[in-house]
Parts: sequence; C-alpha cells; structure tokens
Amino acid sequence: MIKPRTRIAAALVLTLGVAACGGGGGVSARTATDAYGPITIWYSNNATEVAWGEQMVASWNKGHPGQQVSGQQIPAGQSSEEVIGAAITAGTEPCLIYNTSPASVPDFEKQGGLVPLNDFPGGAAYIEARTGPGASVYKSPDGLYYQLPWKSNPVMIFYNKKEFAKAGISTTNPPLSTYSQFLATARKLVSSGAAKYAIYPSPSSEFFEAWYDFYPLYAAETGGKQLVENNKATFDSAAGQAVAGFWRQLYAQNLAGDESYNGDPFADGTAAMAIVGPWAIADYQGVVDWGVAPLPTSQGNTLDTIPTFSDAKNIAMYASCQNRATAWDFLKYSTSVAEDGKLLAMTGQMPMRQGIQQLYASYFKANPAYTEFAAEAAHVIEVPIVPNSVEIWQAFRNAWSDSVIFGQESPDKALGAAASQINQLVTGNGEP
Amino acid sequence: MTSTAAPRKHQSGGDESAAKESTARRFGRAALGRQPIGMIFGAPYLLFIAVLFAYPLGLAVYMSLHRYYFTAPGVNVPRPWVGLSNYDAVFSDPAVRQAFLNVLIFLVINVPLTVAVSLLLATALNAAIPFRAFFRTSFLAPYVTASVAMIGVFLFILSPTGIASTVLGPLAPVPSWLVNQNWAMPSIALYVTWKGLGFYILLYLAALQGVPKELYEAAAMDGASWWHRLLSVTVPGVRQVTTLVTLLAVITGANLFTEPYLLTDGGGPNGKSASPVLQIYQTGIEQNHPDFASALGIILVIGVLLIAGIQQLVQRRQA
Repeated sequence: MIKPRTRIAAALVLTLGVAACGGGGGVSARTATDAYGPITIWYSNNATEVAWGEQMVASWNKGHPGQQVSGQQIPAGQSSEEVIGAAITAGTEPCLIYNTSPASVPDFEKQGGLVPLNDFPGGAAYIEARTGPGASVYKSPDGLYYQLPWKSNPVMIFYNKKEFAKAGISTTNPPLSTYSQFLATARKLVSSGAAKYAIYPSPSSEFFEAWYDFYPLYAAETGGKQLVENNKATFDSAAGQAVAGFWRQLYAQNLAGDESYNGDPFADGTAAMAIVGPWAIADYQGVVDWGVAPLPTSQGNTLDTIPTFSDAKNIAMYASCQNRATAWDFLKYSTSVAEDGKLLAMTGQMPMRQGIQQLYASYFKANPAYTEFAAEAAHVIEVPIVPNSVEIWQAFRNAWSDSVIFGQESPDKALGAAASQINQLVTGNGEP
Repeated sequence: MTSTAAPRKHQSGGDESAAKESTARRFGRAALGRQPIGMIFGAPYLLFIAVLFAYPLGLAVYMSLHRYYFTAPGVNVPRPWVGLSNYDAVFSDPAVRQAFLNVLIFLVINVPLTVAVSLLLATALNAAIPFRAFFRTSFLAPYVTASVAMIGVFLFILSPTGIASTVLGPLAPVPSWLVNQNWAMPSIALYVTWKGLGFYILLYLAALQGVPKELYEAAAMDGASWWHRLLSVTVPGVRQVTTLVTLLAVITGANLFTEPYLLTDGGGPNGKSASPVLQIYQTGIEQNHPDFASALGIILVIGVLLIAGIQQLVQRRQA
C-alpha cells in the first residue's frame, strides 16, 4: 500500500504537471494589426545578408525613432526551419524572419504561427505588384499569402575551369547539355585525375537535400513541373525516372561522392562541378575559377532558359508580433525598389521582383556573371505549398537515398512507392 | 443530576475536541512525517522532479494518446483522444523497427566490449605499471572531450582515405565504413565504446580498490595464474560495478542520438544507423508529429525500465 506521504507528493507532482499543461496566452490579432512600436527581425547568418540587414535596419531606425527595429541573425541550429518551429511553439519568434523557407510555411501555418499578409490594407496587391503573376505560387491552399516572395537563388551547374582544362574539356562551352554528354564529361574528369569526383551533392538524408540534386534536374526535364501538382505526386513518370536513372549512373560509376563531406567539395577542388545558386559566387571569389552552365536534360534543352529550382527564401510575419502595423511598413520598406537593389548589389541574390534585368541594368552591366542567374530567375519553380510539406520531402529523400545514392533497390520501384506515400500525405491521410 | 450531567457533557465535548485534534495531528503526521521540516528540505528536489521529470513524462503520455502537434501560444486546436493508435503507428512503422534493430546491433557490440575492455584496462592500470597516471589520464581524455570534436576526428579516420581504410588496405569495406549498410552501426558502436571507456575504467578502478589483496595473495599461493585470478577474484569482486556498467551502457544505447545525427548524417545510409531517439527528433521536431514521437519515447522508457528491472532481479537472485 502507498504511504499517505507518498500519495501527497505524487498528487503535488501531478497537479504541477497538469497545471503546466495549461499553456499561455497569445497575441490578440485585433489589436496587434493596427499597433505601432518597436519590433525584432531575424535574418540569415550569411555574411553578405547580415551586412545588408544591418544597413537596412540602421537606415529605417534613423527615420523612425518611435518604431525602432532590432535585427539579429537567426539562432544557430541544424536548419532554420527547426529553429523557427521551436520559436513559434515557445512564442519567442520575432515579428519578421528574412529566411523563411517556402516548404515550411504550411507547417508554420498549421501551428498558428503566421500572420496572413492579406490582413493589411493592400497586402495582396503589394505582393502581386512586386513579384508579378509568379506570386500566386506562394499562396496557401486557403488563398492567403502567409509569406512574401523575397529572393531567389536559381541553381545552375558551376564548373571548375582549371579542372576542366586539365581533363581537356572546353572551358567556355563544356558538353553538359544532355545526360549522355554530362556522363561522358564526368568520366573524363575523373579518369584523367583532374578531380576525384565529377559532382558531389550532399548525400545526407535531410529532407531538403533533394532540392540540390533531384529537383533542379526534374524542373529542367519537365519544363517546370512541381513535385506535387493537383494533390498528386508528379515524379512517378518517365521524366522522374530519367532524372533518377541519370543520378544513379553517376553514383554507380563513382562519379558522384556518396560519403559525408566536411566542407565544400567544389571549393576544395574535390568535385569539378556543383549545383548551386548565385549566393555562392562571393564564396568562390578567388578560390575557384568557375564557369556556369544550364542544367542537363535527357534530350538536351532547346528552350532559351531552362527551368530550375528557385532555392527561394521568403519573408513571413509571425504570430507573436505585437506591433504588426510597424512590421508591415518595415516589410514594405525592406522590399522597396531601393532596398531590393541594395540586396542584389550586396549579396548577388535575385530579388523576386518583376523586370530586375531592366530595373537594375547598371548592376548587371557591371557584373555580367550574374546576368544568367537573373534570366533564370524568371523561370524558377518552387516547392509545392501543400500540407505536410516537410514529411513529403522526407519521404522522397528516403526513397532517393535508398535507391539512387546507395543502389539498394530499383529507383523506379522506390520512386513509385514514395509517390503513393506522398499522395496520402498531401491529403493528410498518411500522417504517422 | 444537573451537577453530574454537566461535567459529563463537558467531558464529552472535551473528548470530541481531543479526538479532532488527534485526527488532525495524525493526518498531519502522516502527511508530513514526524519531522515536518524535512518536507521543506525535500521541497526543492520535489519541485525539480515535478518540473523536469513528472511534467514532461505526463505530457508525453498525454500527447501519445491524443492527436497532437505543437502550436503557437494561445492557439486552440482540437486534440482528440486517439487511444493507442499512435502506438499502433509506431509498431507498424518499418523505420522504427529498423531503428530498434540498429540499437540491438549497437548493444550486442557495445555492452560486452565496454565491460570486457574497461575491466581489462582497469586491472592493468591498477597494477604497478610505469606511467600509470599518464595512461589513466589518456583513457579519460576522449570521455571528457566534446562529442562533436571527437566525431569530427572519426569522420576523417573512417573516410575512404582515412587511417582505418588505409591500414586495412584491400580488407577495408567498400563502400567505406559510414556509408556501408553493414558497417555504419558497428562503426558507431565501436566509436561509442572507445569514447566511453575512460569513465567505465574509472568505475572499475574504484571497485578494484575494494577487492581485498589477501584474496589475490591466497590465489597466487594456490598457484592460480593471472587469468585465473582475474576470473575467480577480480570478476566476482567487481560484480556490482559490472551490473552498473552494463545498465549504463544499455541506457547509452537506448539514448543514442549525437553519433547517428552527426557521424552518419542523420541515421544513414538509408536508416541503417538510425536510432529511436533520432526518430523521435525527426518526427517530433522536424516534422511536428510529437504525438507519434511521444508514443515512441514512452515505448523506449518502458523498454529501458524493463531491462533495468530484469537486471535488478538477476542481481538479487545472484546475491
């Protein structure tokens, strides 16, 4: 029999536990939407973005003494998605985060962590006027904008000119257009000893890694299809199988690395090619003599501009924000023509604004290396904004790792199974 | 009559009051003990248990029995009772089954190796050997160094061009250790064994101080070899610590997270080094399904408690 003292102690412990289950209160949307005052924002920890963020916050604060903005880098974590998700749960997220991944928006929305930007007068009109018709991709299934499309990093093939020259391959127009050309070039690079691997995307099983191997090539192969369209996975198709088959050959022939790598294999010279966006140009400055090529497709692409993955980062307003009127004004200020121009100049990343090539013509004239990325920026595809987005990508990545990277089963079979699982997840029936 | 009745009445009231007082005192004593001040001294620890153990455990049980996901403060969403369906989902998930199998592989390698190697090394370090202090410190160095730093070193050691593959030459596995489906988990088990040895050696060294020297002398006089002395004197002499070491090694295996998270990039290749705790993190934090993750966590807690209980039982029977 339990002693009375033990019973009392247990009751106290349980009461405390149950009391703690009660949770706290949130911010009242009714009052917060019209409230002005100080706010906090987070931006990425990329050095050039930090510099842009700091100057932008300083210039705003100079003209708005009553609405001071505190900017800081997003706290460190394995991914910004998990940091933001935890902050939403704890109610410690800032008003605006300039590093919101579109794939995470449905999850943050489900948590009740986001403020629809349609709440503000002219909110939707501002987004659509700035980004153009492409903005609609970022609408949530309820038709509202929970994110402002901010900047993209259209990914392309970067190649190391020195290693290409060492392997006797053209450095101005390398044969990388079709899968067979790409594979032949890759073999030449490795067999000549110019590079240990032709290409080295991260083999990690993190859900977002598919954005840097499968997804850009799938966008190119399909002319711009998303992973999920009309609530159905699209990749269990001839195009999806062609992309998977191409990567499988790269891994099977040891042309792509399947080990975890400490550092950047392209910057280190271990891999002769990389799939990356213009943000990396600053990192490669003085380290690699690089060139850039469009993504390969099975038949070679005849389009002027081959679609690719956007690798976009957007801005979202978070539910703990008490001074949302200030946050909205600041959001517009930070995405104005002037600030977008500064973002482009300081980071090399493409503001998701219509007509950037004309608007910032002087910049592209002075920096021709970025012109191709600007052209691509108009032809990017985004991750699908659907429920269970992270789980969907994880399901895809698991199948990809198993079949394409490690060759444990046929890619066609694995992708077929992943497509069935994803079809369930899109409709919300496949949750664990 | 009146005079006799009144005192009787008074006496009866006094009895009632005394009885009440006695009941209150009895209850107070039962609740607070003979020394109520003891409760005050115990309160901080009780609070600690309540906040850091009872509340999370209670909440985990609650989450595992409901449809639950993390929301922003003040957001009210329905959290319907789902009974054992989260547990059902855990048991029917092949990735979870693989994770438990991985832990089993880990335990089969890690536990015997930890016990055997740390006991042997502790016995050696207990003897009068040259540079004893240096060796004792050296074995402890990996244990006190941050896991992240050690994992960085092991990533180099176990890479295809690392020292492990270079020394083994053609005998090295292909693909190399950490991306090899058969070698990823054993590599983690060997790494964890190596990293934790220093601590377990310390435990054994402390236990060896308690084994009477006379027993060794008597065994030596009887002609027992070093090996026989180890088996017949040392091993029984440190049995209590062996039980503790085994239990701690099992708990380490059940809590495995950092190594698959960093060494094999999130439990790769293809989940062959994933652990249940890693899955709790992936489903609970990354995918916002704390209900599923909690069910998995509760199963893990019950599993560890069962193992600990069986060990206690065996130990008592042996005693």
